[in-house]
Amino acid sequence: MLELFLTFAKIGCFTFGGGYAMISLIEDICVTKKKWITHDEMMNMTVIAESTPGPIAINCATFVGYKMKGLKGAFAATIGVILPSFLIIYVISCFLGNFMEIKVVADAFRGIKLAVGLLIFNAGLGMLSNMKKKLFPRIIFCTSMLLMLCSEFLGFKISTVVMMMTAGVIGLIYNYVSEMRKH
Amino acid sequence: MIYLQLFLGFLQIGIFAFGGAYGAIPLIRDVVMTYGWLSEDQLTYMIAVSESTPGPIMVNMATYIGSSQAGVLGAVIATTAVAIPSFVIILIVSTILKNITDNPEFQAVLRGIKPCIVGIILSTGLYMIINNCRMDGGLNRVNIVITIILIMFILLHKRFLKRKASPIHLIIFAAVLGVAFGRI
Repeated sequence: MLELFLTFAKIGCFTFGGGYAMISLIEDICVTKKKWITHDEMMNMTVIAESTPGPIAINCATFVGYKMKGLKGAFAATIGVILPSFLIIYVISCFLGNFMEIKVVADAFRGIKLAVGLLIFNAGLGMLSNMKKKLFPRIIFCTSMLLMLCSEFLGFKISTVVMMMTAGVIGLIYNYVSEMRKH
Repeated sequence: MIYLQLFLGFLQIGIFAFGGAYGAIPLIRDVVMTYGWLSEDQLTYMIAVSESTPGPIMVNMATYIGSSQAGVLGAVIATTAVAIPSFVIILIVSTILKNITDNPEFQAVLRGIKPCIVGIILSTGLYMIINNCRMDGGLNRVNIVITIILIMFILLHKRFLKRKASPIHLIIFAAVLGVAFGRI
């Protein structure tokens, strides 16, 4: 139990750049070194983590923890993976406001602010090139992008959650329609 | 009341954040702006800090926003709320619904949601870039120059090193540029 907690705390300490970086580290530790789960289970878990909401690291920690030691294991692993970033960010949050009053820091953040938009856009481009090259996803993609741009630049508000739910329902309807056509 | 708002806001983010950290950023932005917790600038700084510190970005954001709004208790509440949905969903998937990922209806819903997220992420990024390049009634020339240098950095990195520039490298480079242009 303590080992689960410490191992996932270590994973939480050393993964920069979010979920996908974490998956390779989890594979290295849990499959190759500790043999807690098999390679197939790891693949299966990656699929589950990608198709369920929430931070991928938490999905993985809960999955491995539950498999090893049931509910208690799931708690130990999940808290382990969260705790390091919680502590680090909590300390930063106490100082960031004061930091910003130093001119060099404010200048640096002015540059960083520009990088963040580009990072998000770049991540979106990567996802776009992985998207299936079919008409249906393209229509959904163009519609959501247009709606979102209108909502940001023209100022009428559309909730992202409502948009995603609508897209999910449209996916379901599209599935039924194409099934019916086959019969 | 702020505790309840933090809890519900981050619970909502945890439930709908498909597609990893970048999928969560537009959602977090939506919630944070709706409640007026952070300004657009503060939120961007926080995204950068979350990218450059270890751990899941969503957890980092939850901790920061919780702490900035309501101290250590706020941080605990927001972080717990963002983690609960994936924790519960994974428990359900590994006990009752083992084959949910093979279910055609589940797949159909995902086929609708995934391209929608890509659209949301791209337009959020585009909006942030354009918003940074303008000021009240005009263009912010320095920011435009820095943005162009950063785009060159991304493109050249991909062209010559054959892999994507890591977010941390880009953030460090951008910080250096920011300081350099601040001296001029």
